[in-house]
Amino acid sequence: MKKREQVALPARAACSLFFIFAFFLALPGLSALEVPKRADGYVTDRAGLLSSSAKASLEATLRAFEEKTSNQVVVATFPSLEGDSLEDFSMRLAEAWKAGQKRRDNGVIFLIFKNDRKIRIEVGYGLEGVLTDALSGQIIREIVAPYFRKGDYSGGIVAGTDAIMKATQGEFKGKPQKDQSRTAGKLVFLFGVFFLFHLWARSNSKRIGGHRGRYVGFLPMGGGFRSRGGGSFGGFSGGGGGFGGGGASGGW
Amino acid sequence: MKKTLLIVLGVIILIVVFGALVFGGVYNNLVTKEEGVTSAWAQVENVYQRRLDLVPNLVATVKGYAAHEKETLQNVVNARSKITQMGISPAVINDPEQLAKFQEVQTGLTSALSRLLVVVEKYPDLKASQNFLALQTQLEGTENRITVERKRFNEMAQDFNAFRRRFPNVVVAGAMGFKNKAYFQADQDAKTAPQVKF
Repeated sequence: MKKREQVALPARAACSLFFIFAFFLALPGLSALEVPKRADGYVTDRAGLLSSSAKASLEATLRAFEEKTSNQVVVATFPSLEGDSLEDFSMRLAEAWKAGQKRRDNGVIFLIFKNDRKIRIEVGYGLEGVLTDALSGQIIREIVAPYFRKGDYSGGIVAGTDAIMKATQGEFKGKPQKDQSRTAGKLVFLFGVFFLFHLWARSNSKRIGGHRGRYVGFLPMGGGFRSRGGGSFGGFSGGGGGFGGGGASGGW
Repeated sequence: MKKTLLIVLGVIILIVVFGALVFGGVYNNLVTKEEGVTSAWAQVENVYQRRLDLVPNLVATVKGYAAHEKETLQNVVNARSKITQMGISPAVINDPEQLAKFQEVQTGLTSALSRLLVVVEKYPDLKASQNFLALQTQLEGTENRITVERKRFNEMAQDFNAFRRRFPNVVVAGAMGFKNKAYFQADQDAKTAPQVKF
């Protein structure tokens, strides 16, 4: 009898532990649709609406646009909202990705939910004056939706981003990306410091040890640099722009 | 004897200096955090003002197509004037009662506007007009902004209150007259922006 209880107790404990874990595992399922931590690039096509060539060319267009104007326009498609609220998800995404330069808040997020047939253009604080709610709504209704109704997602997305870019132009025109060049400067400086230290350490190890090879150094001397993941150097990274719920929602 | 006196004096001076440093640090933090709440409140007022500015245009547009919906239109106008008459002071963020009143009159406008948008459904010409579509989008955008800024204000206020109520801070806050910040209460009416279908 006693033995039985001794066996049963750990079993019961394990059982309750299991339920506790199951509960916590189930929690995220209960809460809202999860926002991807980072964008895949300027184009995050989770719903698979774009062909790979269309995606690459759109990506290039948006990158060139950022280089020219410093405005960050980002496209994101998802299969479904999974019952979440469009505006709520969109704001959480905007807060996570931080499109736009930090003080200019000049980011735009163009969101598409395929199964819900919903579109949203989320506009950063800094562009609310040029890409107004009314204009965003017009772009959705008159430019994007007609394409989507015909099933031409690619055409709609390209035309929509084109309209967004045109609307945002005129603000911050021709200003270079100050913030990024500054970080680049910092990197160059850091690299220089490391390089000097590297030389110093190497010469030291020669003097003390008498033979080379003790200190190999931490610079990849022969290997060359690996490019950043994904292979596209200069992919999208949010500049820290702020959003305040401007823009418009629509559908098709 | 003299030595112990010196030691005691030294300890007292140390305690005073340390106390002053802690006090100063807490005070500065309180100031920064309160500034955060104030600027979040400025944003809230901003977006509510934006909605107020939108109303006359919306009313005029609807009147053009649906002049005999007098009562609904008048309700909107009344709700708006209630807000403009109220006059809001910056101290509202320290006063839950005043904030509740502010929220009440704003909710009044929200529901008057959503009733107006329901009435509009009966007028296809109005619904199709470019002017109305633009205004409707702006109104939706503004309601969304209101939700966002209110949420941010509550977050800032909560951050301030949590900081203010912790131990050494609460003493400093009490001495320097920092008050707890008020919150927006979740009300079903204001939270759901008017449902509009395209």
